[in-house]
Amino acid sequence: METYTAMRHFADSWGLLALTLFFLGVVLFIFRPGAKKAAAQASAIPLKED
Amino acid sequence: MKHTVEMVVLAVGAFLALVGAGFAQDRLFGAHMWVLFFVLLGGTLVLMRRVDFRPAVAGHPSLRSEYFDEVVKYGVIATVFWGVVGFLVGDVVALQLAFPDLNVEPWFNFGRMRPLHTSAVIFAFGGNALIATSFYVVQRTSRARLFGGDLGWFVFWGYQLFIVLAATGYLLGITQSREYAEPEWYVDLWLTVVWVAYLVVFLGTILKRKEPHIYVANWFYLGFIVTIAMLHVVNNLAVPVSFLGSKSYSAFSGVQDALTQWWYGHNAVGFFLTAGFLAMMYYFIPKQVNRPVYSYRLSIIHFWALIFMYIWAGPHHLHYTALPDWAQTLGMVFSVMLWMPSWGGMINGLMTLSGAWDKVRTDPIVRMMVMAVAFYGMATFEGPMMSIKTVNSLSHYTDWTIGHVHSGALGWNGLITFGAIYYLVPKLWNRKRLYSLQMVNWHFWLATLGIVVYAATMWVAGIQQGLMWREYDDQGFLVYSFAESVAAMFPYYVMRAAGGALFLSGAVIMAFNVTMTILGRVRDEAATLDAAPMPAPAE
Repeated sequence: METYTAMRHFADSWGLLALTLFFLGVVLFIFRPGAKKAAAQASAIPLKED
Repeated sequence: MKHTVEMVVLAVGAFLALVGAGFAQDRLFGAHMWVLFFVLLGGTLVLMRRVDFRPAVAGHPSLRSEYFDEVVKYGVIATVFWGVVGFLVGDVVALQLAFPDLNVEPWFNFGRMRPLHTSAVIFAFGGNALIATSFYVVQRTSRARLFGGDLGWFVFWGYQLFIVLAATGYLLGITQSREYAEPEWYVDLWLTVVWVAYLVVFLGTILKRKEPHIYVANWFYLGFIVTIAMLHVVNNLAVPVSFLGSKSYSAFSGVQDALTQWWYGHNAVGFFLTAGFLAMMYYFIPKQVNRPVYSYRLSIIHFWALIFMYIWAGPHHLHYTALPDWAQTLGMVFSVMLWMPSWGGMINGLMTLSGAWDKVRTDPIVRMMVMAVAFYGMATFEGPMMSIKTVNSLSHYTDWTIGHVHSGALGWNGLITFGAIYYLVPKLWNRKRLYSLQMVNWHFWLATLGIVVYAATMWVAGIQQGLMWREYDDQGFLVYSFAESVAAMFPYYVMRAAGGALFLSGAVIMAFNVTMTILGRVRDEAATLDAAPMPAPAE
């Protein structure tokens, strides 16, 4: 198969799936138990000092 | 400080530039190498004059300080300087469009001044703001001194050299004609070296951080640095005609070349002008209002959604061209989807003020930042709308696009940078407050009014232009010639220049205010804005 066609097919099948799954993983990770507390601590980082 | 190595490197560089000028294959390369020679020679002389043979004292303040802030100070000054220069050139090119007699051949005609304007505001003003604030923020949020010692200085001065070479190259007529990537191959190579050093400094600081978590602003900065490196290298793949010549040919041809260019061009907007400036938003707004960001978890989703979507939006610059239809549709769909993370981020920025909305009234710096985020929201609503093919068929190639870009660039990038500068200057120079808060207020209103005049004028101009170009009579002939649509633009071009002048005058006030603050002066302002309650609005 032509390189262009091969890459295009890869991009709109496995590539798309991998990126979507990664993104969904990120979203799920953000809503894991205990994430709220961790986020609250992280958001305080800039305010801790100068 | 002896600067022995730096001096030798600069002198050798100056000599090589001289050799380059002597053996140049074309006149323009020769001229450019002369510029480089004098810049490097000047740099060598400045360093020589600063040689100090006194032994380094351990108690020297710059060695004692926890953070490497000297380079940030230089960066803030460079940001203000290039900002005023870039806005001034912008207003000049606006006037050149209205009054063609102002085109001074050959160096100062519109074709050469326009890239000078765009590069000056994006790369010189915006780039210096990004480098300076990223160095400041990464040290504070990592609680670590900048990695790499003097490498930070190399990044700063190397970047200024890139700006000088790019700017003088445009005026000489050296260009590879790629929008926002006009510098030729040798300047591109230099920027690559500087950018890798920037990445090393930034990433090194993150790696040696004492704070376990990497604060979200640093994610945005890192996303910006890494992506710009990738975009810059791929888009500038080219074969020079001669290693001592100014001309090169792109590695791509035809529509692939166009797509690579707009993949670069749109992501320059997405990662240079959005991700990097969002990092400023996520640090400086919480600092200025003294509250944590509204939702930290939303900011993480904002980051990943932005990164994943922006990179596909470029093809919307090539609607109705030879680009395959599926690619155009892909670009349009991703642009429309981008609206969600953009507005999520805008809401996150604005809601950080919840419970402290009174600061919009009392603190002109907060007001500036809030207006910046509002313009971010407006520009990221307008952009996806314009990327829809049917809308684009009217808006493309018209001044509507120019208006859109400026509401984003002046409103979002400009105002958030001004806010960051006003926050940083008293902190960096250890001043109790700015020279004048009322001047910040003046700057705010001049800038906002200038942007509104600019954007509104360009909406009207662009839509009129688009409608004139597609107006057919009942016989199927075009009603207006192109020149007629140009002539019709005259009043709008004059109004645009007036809006730009307002914005420029605000920036001049800022330059004065910042200079006075650095000099340690404090303007006697009878009633500061905090103390003077505004009259309640009529019900």
